[in-house]
Amino acid sequence: MALDGPTPLERFINGILPENPTYRQVLGMCPTLAVTNGMKEAMTMAGAVAFTLICANIVTSLIRGLLKPHLRILVFTLTIAAFVTVADRVLAAFMFEMSGKLGPYIPLIIVNCIIICRCEVCAAKQGVLAATADAVGQSIGFTLGLSSIAIVREIIGNGSLFGFTIIPEAYWPRWGIMLLPPGAFITLGLLMGGFNLLSARSAKKKKAVA
Amino acid sequence: MKAKYISQAWLVILLSLSFAGTLAGVDVWLAPRIEANKLAATIGKIGTLVSGADNAVSARYKPVEVEVGQGKFKTTYEAFWAMDKSGKPLGWVIKASGQGFADKIELLIGVDAECRTITGLSILSQKETPGLGNKIEEGNEGKPGFLTQFRHGLRADEPLTATTSTPDKGSNMIGAVSGATISSRSVCNIVNDAMSKQLRTALVDALKKGPTSRPVQKE
Repeated sequence: MALDGPTPLERFINGILPENPTYRQVLGMCPTLAVTNGMKEAMTMAGAVAFTLICANIVTSLIRGLLKPHLRILVFTLTIAAFVTVADRVLAAFMFEMSGKLGPYIPLIIVNCIIICRCEVCAAKQGVLAATADAVGQSIGFTLGLSSIAIVREIIGNGSLFGFTIIPEAYWPRWGIMLLPPGAFITLGLLMGGFNLLSARSAKKKKAVA
Repeated sequence: MKAKYISQAWLVILLSLSFAGTLAGVDVWLAPRIEANKLAATIGKIGTLVSGADNAVSARYKPVEVEVGQGKFKTTYEAFWAMDKSGKPLGWVIKASGQGFADKIELLIGVDAECRTITGLSILSQKETPGLGNKIEEGNEGKPGFLTQFRHGLRADEPLTATTSTPDKGSNMIGAVSGATISSRSVCNIVNDAMSKQLRTALVDALKKGPTSRPVQKE
């Protein structure tokens, strides 16, 4: 039983902004770049990752006393793979079209570093409550990361949000490149730069006050 | 020594078994639903694979099941009727699957009524490498791509070959997706396996007999 470590509330808050998976830990870049060309896709991915992350963290935390150090990664992967398969099947049954659009990116959640990182950093060391709070916080952080990129790309690239046109084509020429892979890199780079600029400024302010 | 390994791995074994049980349960629960979704997707593609075919009319007829091969190599193919609005058969949409580069590829092949020409190809499901192998899905929505090549009247009675160079005009060659030769070759092989003489003859015979008008889906 590890007694140290942040409290559940700290874990929860940290996941959202201070340790944001996309902008601070720079993890899970594959889905971040690949499925953010529309809000619907991004939200489905965020939901699938959240489900897997929460379930994997809870299971890992419950069996943390039984983990052998050299077998722990194997156990994490096994747990994650099982929940990802459940998510994949559920999507294929209830959101068939979306499941086809996301294609291999749902099974690829198995190798999403955010989940294995949280199992290793938090769930394998702390109790169920802290692990759950951590998973929920990180999921919100990842959802924010994905949606921030998807909003920019979908509006600029397609003039729409969640598939509904919000800027008619007459007022906004579609920047097709924003829907393609280069658009993902450009958006992520600019947003990350902006995020860093803001946090550097607020750190400076804090220093000045002190 | 052996006992030591088991004592170390008991958790992994136990977890594997319980997850396998859970996944089997999920599959029992969801598999019929997923199959129904796939059937609807298949029927929705008939019109795009055989030009002039009407999805709603085609859906009224029971697909023909044909067993091909012998013994261990026996495979059952499902062939959907492609009918025009008046109910005249225009061709077939055959469901076929096989091993791709990463996982199983499921596809639909459109052929004319005599099973001489391939009229179109569509991928139902694939898990090929994103950015490379998954380009085998492109080319059916009016944009040029890998699948466009299957709309130009390839012969169904001769095997297809995937080439990395520019395919000769009028030949049964398919230009492979660059960087995804294995995925492209897999697609050709699945089509070649499906378009066997046995299947073609069976379908021509079935056409002579006419369709069974039992509904595919209950209302």
